[in-house]
Amino acid sequence: MKKLTKILSLTAAMAMAVSALAGCGAQKATETADTAAGTSAAVIKIGGIGPLTGPAAIYGNAAKTGAEIAVEEINALGGDIQFELQYEDDENDAEKAVNAYNKLKDWGMQVSLGCVTTKPCIAVSSEVFSDRIFALTPSASSTDVIEGKDNMFQMCFTDPNQGIASAEYIKSQNLGTKIGIIYNNSDAYSTGIYNKFVAEAQTQGLEIVSTQTFTDDSANDFSSQLNAVKAAGADLLYLPIYYTPASLILAQADKMQYAPKFFGVDGMDGILTLENFDTSLAEGVILLTPFAPDADDELTKKFVEAYKAKAGDVPNQFAADAYDCVYSIYEAIQKAGITADTSAADTCEALVATFTSPEFVYDGLTGTSVTWQTTGEVSKKPKGMVIENGVYVGMD
Amino acid sequence: MKKIRELNSFTRTNIACYGIVILAFVVLYPLQSAGLISHSISGQLVPICTYVVMAISLNLTVGFLGELSLGHAGFMSVGAFTGVITAISLAAAVPSPAIRLVIAIIVGGLFAGVAGLIIGIPVLRLKGDYLAIVTLAFGEIIKNIINCLYVGIDESGLHFSMKSDAALGLSDMGRVIMKGPQGAVGITKTATFLSGILLILFALFIVLNLVNSKTGRAVTAIRDNRIAAESVGIGITRYKLTAFIISAMLAGMAGALYAQNLSAVAATKFDFNTSILILVFVVLGGMGNIFGSIIAASLLYMLPELLRGLADYRMLIYAVILIFVMIATNGTRSKLIIAKIKSLFRFKKSPGEGAANI
Repeated sequence: MKKLTKILSLTAAMAMAVSALAGCGAQKATETADTAAGTSAAVIKIGGIGPLTGPAAIYGNAAKTGAEIAVEEINALGGDIQFELQYEDDENDAEKAVNAYNKLKDWGMQVSLGCVTTKPCIAVSSEVFSDRIFALTPSASSTDVIEGKDNMFQMCFTDPNQGIASAEYIKSQNLGTKIGIIYNNSDAYSTGIYNKFVAEAQTQGLEIVSTQTFTDDSANDFSSQLNAVKAAGADLLYLPIYYTPASLILAQADKMQYAPKFFGVDGMDGILTLENFDTSLAEGVILLTPFAPDADDELTKKFVEAYKAKAGDVPNQFAADAYDCVYSIYEAIQKAGITADTSAADTCEALVATFTSPEFVYDGLTGTSVTWQTTGEVSKKPKGMVIENGVYVGMD
Repeated sequence: MKKIRELNSFTRTNIACYGIVILAFVVLYPLQSAGLISHSISGQLVPICTYVVMAISLNLTVGFLGELSLGHAGFMSVGAFTGVITAISLAAAVPSPAIRLVIAIIVGGLFAGVAGLIIGIPVLRLKGDYLAIVTLAFGEIIKNIINCLYVGIDESGLHFSMKSDAALGLSDMGRVIMKGPQGAVGITKTATFLSGILLILFALFIVLNLVNSKTGRAVTAIRDNRIAAESVGIGITRYKLTAFIISAMLAGMAGALYAQNLSAVAATKFDFNTSILILVFVVLGGMGNIFGSIIAASLLYMLPELLRGLADYRMLIYAVILIFVMIATNGTRSKLIIAKIKSLFRFKKSPGEGAANI
């Protein structure tokens, strides 16, 4: 019996090996096609990593589509600089992200768009650092991503910045006196913002009356947290969380007739396009976000239209950040005089020098006069938005 | 005659297990050193070693002890984080990365073994489904505790907190090792393919010798018939606990190696899904079949990476292949076909050896 199972598993293993090799063969074919196209048109290869499958796929696919739109636009200009983009799936997992990164390295990636989500990006950032490949992540917002790595840059605000900016904003606009907080303590993004918010709230003299937590596994019912916050008499509820749990909080607060001011951060962006969500519940919600799809400037309109045509829905900030990533790399490449023949290491040094130079200023979807510090952190102003009649309206 | 046959089968299993691992090393190591294999494969070598050790260790619990454990990733997690804390704490005291890695793996294994003992004493009184549920809960508890845990180090030693990194009260010289849900960051990568292979050989040495020892026979006797085993005077609890702790310890060592191969590792990685993934390796490789575990873990780990060319359909195809393999290895017709193939091979051998195969 033992022998039989052994042979069975061997056969199974062989069957898998054959199918795996088939997959491998197909991949080789596309790769050679890519390189053939590459040598004829001299393209610069940009590699991106993000969760394209699994629960976080909404973020990865948004970023991928945003970057694709930018690459298509740039290539359509027909200039000397032509891009080729390849996105690999990391399933929101650090280990898989490193595998995806190695795959892109085999493909010949010259510039990296890092990872879309924070945890994988921390793992990949140390790889790009030791391999000297320039990376600009659209949305991995933890400071751990850039810390100690001179060639790793961010397009989004760092988590601490958002926490500090939120506290400053609440204070300067006098939005509330008694603050309640509900955050996800199993999530790095949420915890990162929360910690800095609390520290800054103290220096600003804001009173936090109640702090409630939840985890990814318990993000279905918030009645106990809401009751606690309500009992503590909070008149402003700070929600440094993503929009899916936030939508449940809004709906449950409405049911128990609790109506404080709701204050979210950029993770709240996307709530208006959430399926089966009554947008009237989000009336009056304030959020800090760098991007509003309803903005009426030319650039945003054009981007939203292109995105709708490609993906069929309204873009969120992940898409906008990725779009900005590709365009800022494009501008920096033009400025630094990089061509497709420049090696990845030389490209890296030239791009680091360009991005950190004070003359390099980028205007895009997610901010104007955007600059980067030598740490890799972005400097742009967060925009306070309030939801009125189902659209974002600037608060300033 | 019977003794020789048993010895034959025992040595054959041994040769096959050690042989495939050493063969993989002899073929891949020079290629990797010379840079002849792609970054993609080269980067997968250490994770594969980790999962092979995980599969071998879970096979001890599931295959030989016959208890379904759904929390094996929890032990991996304990080993990973204690290993990381050890490695970072010793960064100044032990300059050699190889020695640091060995110490991290040993400490990771010991802590996971202790966790195995703590969980094993109450849990092993349970049977079947109950044990599966409790181990599942254990895995979740470990995940949630580590999710809340902040650990830092400065010149006065280690600091622990369940609140935030600020609450650690570190001096200016200190550094935070674990940041709650963000996990451990800034790990210096010390794991190498060689260390992975050595760990597999160590795990094989432990498990194969255990299985073929007096203890191992007692363990399989308990699996096959608990009452009969008890009636001949086998101490059920003692043997069950021994196997469970060794299994946990090896999982902890694999976890320590795993963490030393990534610059950042978070508790959510070691969730229910990872436990199930390892269980899939064991089930597909064959319960109680160590050689099968090695092959299944390696191939099933590589499969999604090799399928990257399929882009959006990758995980779909992966799932379909898994189902197909499950059906193919368990269907009556496929079993018949395989039995036929087997008989073809048997034909060439001498009758005596053929009988030993059954």
